Amino acid sequence: MESRFRVFLLIAALALSASPVLIPMASAAEEKAGDKAEQKPAGENPVNEVIQQDPVIQPEVKRREVKQADVETENFEIGVFAGILSIEDFGTNPVYGVSLDYHVTEDLFVQGRLGYSEAGTTSFERLGGGVTLLADREYIYYDVALGYNLLPGEAYLTRDSAYTTSLYLIAGAGNTEFAGDNFFTIVWGAGYAVTASDWFAVHMDFRDHMFDIDITGEDKTSHNLEASLNITFYF
Amino acid sequence: MRKCFITLFLLVSSLSVSSLSSADEPEQHFVKVADPYIEMHTGAGRGYPIFYVAARGEWVQLLYRKTDWFRVKTEDGKEGWVSAAQLSMTLNPSGERVDIRDPNEKDFVVRDWEYGAMIGDFEGLAVISFYGGYHFTENISNEIILSQASGTVSSKTILSLLNIVHEPFPEWTVSPYFTLGTGWIRTEPKSTLAVTRDRTDQYANYGLGVRMHLTKRFLLRVEYKNYVIFTSRDDNEEIAEWKAGFGFFF
Repeated sequence: MESRFRVFLLIAALALSASPVLIPMASAAEEKAGDKAEQKPAGENPVNEVIQQDPVIQPEVKRREVKQADVETENFEIGVFAGILSIEDFGTNPVYGVSLDYHVTEDLFVQGRLGYSEAGTTSFERLGGGVTLLADREYIYYDVALGYNLLPGEAYLTRDSAYTTSLYLIAGAGNTEFAGDNFFTIVWGAGYAVTASDWFAVHMDFRDHMFDIDITGEDKTSHNLEASLNITFYF
Repeated sequence: MRKCFITLFLLVSSLSVSSLSSADEPEQHFVKVADPYIEMHTGAGRGYPIFYVAARGEWVQLLYRKTDWFRVKTEDGKEGWVSAAQLSMTLNPSGERVDIRDPNEKDFVVRDWEYGAMIGDFEGLAVISFYGGYHFTENISNEIILSQASGTVSSKTILSLLNIVHEPFPEWTVSPYFTLGTGWIRTEPKSTLAVTRDRTDQYANYGLGVRMHLTKRFLLRVEYKNYVIFTSRDDNEEIAEWKAGFGFFF
């Protein structure tokens, strides 16, 4: 008999503690009382003063602070990208890398990128027969750019699904390590982002990496065009 | 029997206490609409269309925030984006206006960490640099700087772990600062030129600049630095550097 009673009480206890409705309601009411008592310093408001003097028995309730600043923010976006990079004089090659964005306002963001590609051969090398212009064909770049969301909008893929999109412009600077040398690089371009869900987006990026190079025997500004697909995650 | 009751009572009270505290952890923020209505947009930006309005007296849950927009959920499960300006017109459960505070000039003055990137000119070479700084006081901070300068003749990598920055008037909108630092500079001649050796030298520099708090966590910065490079030759090398860029503080 006693054990059955114990089980019954235990079930009741569990049900009470697990109930999502009763407790928040009770705690909200307690909070309300707690808030009023704690929020304003004494002397500022006569009503509060009365409340503060009033309670003989202080209920031991920990007031839950409701601060909007505690709401989780999702201003960062991290991503991986892959695409093609046309390295001037060295053919078009696959490129891949990582990106990190920080959204300052709804319009403005800062983007950092790190990319890797490998240069192909120049026509001189292909036709020259055994001539090698470069020993080191790695093309590694990093850059930091400011971005501006120029055209926010929505795309309707099917009748029932709409995705928020944005066309943005970016401009920035960075460094390219190519042919064993470092080149200061200006980068600019545009992209189109489709926010596929709360936490991830797909970007299409087109950009030009510009730097001065003299590897082919003349000083020139080389334009290296890149098209890539970037999958990003908000956090 | 009485003992059993007491243990059960203790169990119940401990469970309810623990459930109260665990209810605090995945904090849910509810606010009540106090204006005639608030507008819910499909995306986090003013250009996205309004698809729903929550009327006065409705409670909405704040899910998360992206820049100046809050993802909210109404009682009947509709989710959308509300601007911070509209949300500041709602009431929190204690009946007060929701306090949405963004980092401002005051936070800028008492910032702890600052990160940024700058570009400029390093005596004819184009330079890009990244820095991270920690503020010991409002006036004094140390910065770690990594720069890369490249030109037609050589490229240089500059690393500094010690850069003391003194800001005499941190509360000014355009706040000047002075800096003293030391580090290493590695010079690599261009591979298209005749082969010369790479070399690493130590340097010391002084500099001055200004910072300006622009908006939220964003700041602009311009600076001049004068480097003295302790070379192995008879004369030390002097280099002037100009840079401008942006940063963030946390």
